[in-house]
This record gives sequence, C-alpha cells and structure tokens, in this order.
Amino acid sequence: MTSILTFDQIERRYGASGEVVAVGGVSCEIASRSFTAMVGASGSGKSTLLKMVNALVVPSAGRVLFGGEDVTALKPAALRRRVGYVFQGIGLFPHFSVAENIAIGPRLAGEKLAATRIAELLELVELDPAMAARMPDELSGGQRQRVGVARALAGDPELLLMDEPFGALDPITRDALGERVRELHEKLGLTTIMVTHDMAEALLLADRVLVMDSGSLVADCTPQELLAGKGGDIAQGLVAVPRQQAEKLARMESA
Amino acid sequence: MEGFWEILWGLGDKLAAHIVLAASAIGLGILVALPLAVWASRSQSVARISLGFASLVQTIPALALLALFFPILLSLRAVFGEGLPTLGFLPALLALALYALLPILRNAVTAQANLDPGVLEAADGVGMTSWQKLRLVEAPLAAPFIMAGIRTASVWTIGAATLSTTIGQPSLGDPIFAGLQTQNWALVLAGCFASAALALIVDMLLGLIERGMAARNRWQYGGGILAVLLGLAAAFAYQSGNRNDDAIVIASKQFSEQYILAQLIGSQLEEAGYEVEYRDGLGSAVVHSALASSNIDISVDYTGTIWTNEMKRTDTAPREEMYEAIVKWDRETNGIRVLGRLGFENAYAFAMREDRAAELGVTSLEDLVPIAGQLTIGGDPEFFERPEWIAVRDAYGLRVGETRNFSPTFMYNALKSGEADAISAYTSDGRIAEDQLIILKDPREALPSYDAMLMMSPRIANDERIVAALEPLIGAISVEAMREANYAVDREDEGKMSPKAAAEELADKIGL
Repeated sequence: MTSILTFDQIERRYGASGEVVAVGGVSCEIASRSFTAMVGASGSGKSTLLKMVNALVVPSAGRVLFGGEDVTALKPAALRRRVGYVFQGIGLFPHFSVAENIAIGPRLAGEKLAATRIAELLELVELDPAMAARMPDELSGGQRQRVGVARALAGDPELLLMDEPFGALDPITRDALGERVRELHEKLGLTTIMVTHDMAEALLLADRVLVMDSGSLVADCTPQELLAGKGGDIAQGLVAVPRQQAEKLARMESA
Repeated sequence: MEGFWEILWGLGDKLAAHIVLAASAIGLGILVALPLAVWASRSQSVARISLGFASLVQTIPALALLALFFPILLSLRAVFGEGLPTLGFLPALLALALYALLPILRNAVTAQANLDPGVLEAADGVGMTSWQKLRLVEAPLAAPFIMAGIRTASVWTIGAATLSTTIGQPSLGDPIFAGLQTQNWALVLAGCFASAALALIVDMLLGLIERGMAARNRWQYGGGILAVLLGLAAAFAYQSGNRNDDAIVIASKQFSEQYILAQLIGSQLEEAGYEVEYRDGLGSAVVHSALASSNIDISVDYTGTIWTNEMKRTDTAPREEMYEAIVKWDRETNGIRVLGRLGFENAYAFAMREDRAAELGVTSLEDLVPIAGQLTIGGDPEFFERPEWIAVRDAYGLRVGETRNFSPTFMYNALKSGEADAISAYTSDGRIAEDQLIILKDPREALPSYDAMLMMSPRIANDERIVAALEPLIGAISVEAMREANYAVDREDEGKMSPKAAAEELADKIGL
C-alpha cells in the first residue's frame, strides 16, 4: 500500500489559550486510490481534519504530509490546485457561467480549458453539455452540485476531498450522485476522502471508514468489519441507526 | 421669471467647473474608500474606526466642513510651504471627497460582509490567491452594491458642491448665492435647476450602470460608463479650453454693494482690454487671504474690517491714521497693494428720520446725550454686543432709555413707525436715501471708519496699466451714489436692477 496522505499527530485548537480542542492528535495514513469516509456527529472534528489537508484550516500542532511534503510548506494556492474540493455549500460563482465555473482551476494555473474537455466533464457528472452556457441560478440543487463535482475534477486532481457533499440534496438525487461519484472514483483512479454524518452513506460508498468523536479517531475499519460488530461502542452506535431502519423496513415488507 | 432661460444658457462655465469639481471629489472618495473597504473586510477594528470616522464627518454641515479646510490648509502651509492653496479648488475637493466617503465605504463594507460564505470558501478551495479572490470574486459580486454607494455619493456631492462658492471655487452655487443676496429669483432658480438636473442625470446614468452590473449585462453598464465618461471629458475639455491664466479675477462678498462694485471694476478693466473673471459671493473671512495668495486679484474691502479682523487690533484710530497703517501693513506683510479709497464709507452709524431729528434738534451724537434717556434706539441683533456700540456709549457717556433688537428689514420699519427714534444702520445702505434718513455726525470719532478700499493682489500689484485703468475709481464714488445703486438692486418693485445694470448707471453718474 502506497500512502498519498499522512496525518502525523495533527491537532487543531481554538480560543485564546487553545482550550477548545477541535482535533486532538490524530495520526493515520490514507492509501493511494482508496475511498475513505470520515464519519462522526456534528462537532466531532471530521470537517476540521479534512480542511487541514488543503490548508483551509492551519494545524495548531502536528503535520499533514501530502505526497511526502508538509502541506503548510506548500503555497496554499498551488496545493489547492492539486486537490479537488467539493462541499455542502457548493459555492458556484454566481457571476460565472457553468463552463467558467468548471474551468476556474486551470484558468488560475494559466491554462485554458477546451470546450470539448468541459463537455466531457459535464458528461462525467451526467449533465447535458449544452448546460455549459447556463448561469448557476438557472440550475437545480442537484445539477449545481454535479457542476461542483465537475469543477473539482477539472484540474485532474490527485486527491478529491468532499465535505458533506450531498447534505443539501433530496434523497433520490443524493443516492444517484453518490453512486456516480463512486464510479468516477474507480474510473479516474482517484484518492477520495468524504466527510459525512450519515453512516449508511459511508458504508455503501467507502472502502474504509474512520469514525471521529470529540476530536479523536475512535475507529478505523472496513464497512464489512463495522457490520460485523467491530470498531467499538461509538462506531457501533452509528451503525445501529441504518441497521435498525433496514430491519424495520424488511419486517414491514414481510408482514 | 424674466431671463431664466438666458441665465441658464449662460451657466456653461459654472456647470463645467461644477462637474469637474464633483467628479474629482467622487473620484478621490472612491480612491480612498475602496482600499479602505478591502482592508476593513479583513479587520474588524479598521471597519469600526473607518466607518465611525466617515459617519462623524457626515454629521458636520457641508458648509462648515468646507470652511474648516481653510484654517486646516493654512496651518499645513508650515509643512508644504506658502504655495499651498487655501481657497478654491483644493479645499473644496478635499471637503467634498470626505463627504463622499461614507456612502461608498458603507456600501462596500456591507457588500463584502454579505457575500455568500460558500462562494468565498469555494474561492479558497479552488486555489485562488487572496488577490485573485478579490479581483475575480469579491469585487465583481460587490460591484452593484458599491455602485449604489457611488450613486448616493454623487447625488450628495453634486448638491453640496454648490456651497463651494463660499470658499472661492466657481460652481453652480455662484448664481444661487448671487441671486439670494440680490433677491434675483431667476438667478437662484437657474442655479438650482442646473444643479438638480445634473444630479438627476448622473443618478440616472449611474443607476443604469448599477442595474447593468447586477444583471451582468455588459452592454447596459458599458453604455452607462461610456456616457458618464463622455460627459466628464466634455466638462474637462470645456474647462481647460476656457482656462485663462491671464484673466483678472475680481472678488465680491455676499452683499449687493460688493456685486455692483465688482461689475464696475470689471467693466473698467474690460474697456482697457483685459479679460476678467468674477468670483462672486465669497465668504467675508476668506477674501483677504485669497487676495494675499493671488487666488483672486481685486477686492473691495473696508478699513474697519481689515483693522479688526486681519490686523487683530482692538483699539481704534483716527480715520487717516487707520488707513495709512493698513496700506503699510498690507504692503509689508502680504504684498497687497491698496490702490486707494473709493470715496464712501460702509460703516455702522446712527440714523434718524429727518423730521424727527429736526423736531428734536439733533444733528450729531453729541446732541443725543442730554435727551437720550427718553429715546429708544434700535439695532440689528448683534449690534448692542459689538465693540462699535460700546465705543460710542463710552465716548459720549450715552444713557439710553431703551434699546431694542430688530432684524435689519424691520429696523427701518420701526424707525418709520416711530417705535425707534434712532437705529444702527450701514452708511451706504440704499434705504437711507429712500426713507429720507439722516446720519448723525460722530465728532469724537468713536465709531471706527469703514472706508471702502480698492485692493490688488501681489500678482498684479505692480502692473501700471491695470492701475491706470482703475485709478479713475479712486475717490470717485460718493456715499449718495453708492446708496442709490445699492437701493436699485435691493428694491422689490419694478425699478429693481441687476448688479450689472446698477453698475452701468453708477458709472454714468460718476462720469466714467
């Protein structure tokens, strides 16, 4: 296993004397081409941990190594061009067309993205290439997040970070887009880290699940291991919710 | 409203000066406000301090703010040297720019604070540097709001710029102030109309740009910007084409006599082949310094005014001595040449109805002393607090039965109706002749003299051709002639004249 990303005793504290601990000393390795989900309740530190990868949040102590280099030593703008970022807020630029939104990363690097490449990226996220000329406010929520994913992929990133990417979408759109992202992960040979509070989503999409609680990593398992009852009480508490829902639905069906 | 349209068409140079001044002030305001807004968006304390300061400035009345820049610039001469202008364009520009700051700054800061945090996170997430984020995301998204601020600032500035007349900067305020003083309503209306029309047109064009930016319609905001630029270019071209550094600038303060004399002096110079410009309606306090710095070239000022306000003397001196001292002082300290006295005084004096004075047998202040206890004396609201009154009271030992304050117009009515036996008047006031009043003699010379003097700036002080053109005015204007001219401008019936016409009549009368 070659690791693309290493968390080394990474910490993030807030407040005047650092009394609020968001992330407290997490260490782990992320393998190249893996699909990792980070799961936890609100305030467990999973989002903060993710944002320290692309230096949107600066660590208070410890290091994040990306391809062997400390991310705080890299120029933030250069780092972020190598890391695709999709988040719940989507953040399409309202004054740019869909095509301009998708092409922004390469544009910042001084390249012009060809119209054929934009069409290709739109097809990857299952959108009509004719949408390239539309403005973001003419799109539905699901379509916007698809554009968000296309934008993150436009620069051929080595790493794709997703922070609650489907949190604001309706269940059907959410399911379809989740499946599509997993397919793209395979097809493009990406390394993907997805932060979510939804254990079912993590179990269905990821091949490794990290469980965070109060700033610490409390479980590091495969979905199969979690379903087999491993990972400790907190992880099992999170797994119990979708399992019970599934069992209830199964009972209703057989009744 | 006779002559309204003619006056309006004649306002081209004032309009151009107004546009150049307002546009420069708004431009300077933008130049200061936008970087400050960017800084404020990155620092809470900068936002608080800068918005607090801008709001504070806004609470100062525009007229006071303009006037305040005179002493500020005067004290800054210690740093920048004597060449720093204290009147005219510079202080008007600074005061108006300061005034334009608040709406631009507030809108820019609010716009930045209200940007969608998701969009800002995305800008960081896609790898923008902070400069790229400002240029590609924050600025274009805040632009319509900033434009709204610029629009508000523009309307305010165009309105407030009319007040720059009082500090010697030509603007559309010139006809307004001149008209208010001489009660020429067509002049006032033309000035107001032009400035309001300008404000409305600018508001419309900037509104077009604002909406174009919000709708991201390049044609719309591009067209609006083009129209604004064309208007500015026309104003700048008109002004630079019209600029004449050789023209003699004649100043006048804000009362009829000054407007008439400025026109009289102007026509003398024009006859001698000079180009003249008028700076009408200057604040009384700024005329002398404007002259000393050659911002203006010719003014008419009064001995008593220079004595107390400029030389800061608290004593009084006999008429001739005072005049000689002023000539010497102004030549040595300011390089100003006092060409001579015009021949009349505009002093404080005591006036009585002719019949009443005859009945009481009074011709001088001395005659008043024994009967003063039974008399009522009227004065303008400040008169009984002024050093002139105290000097008279003490010199003659006057014990007056009653003193009453009247506004100047009612003061003359009170005299007519017998509510006052004597009033404080200005000796060159037209109503003295009209109401057949007599001026009481002042044998003890307690009242300071206010001889009208013709003064020349250092720039033209040694120009003998100009001196030759103006010399016929020296000693030529009697107080009776001046009163008549003043009355012609001040009166309200069909005999009312413009200062120019009154000046022509005065010129005929004194044989020019």
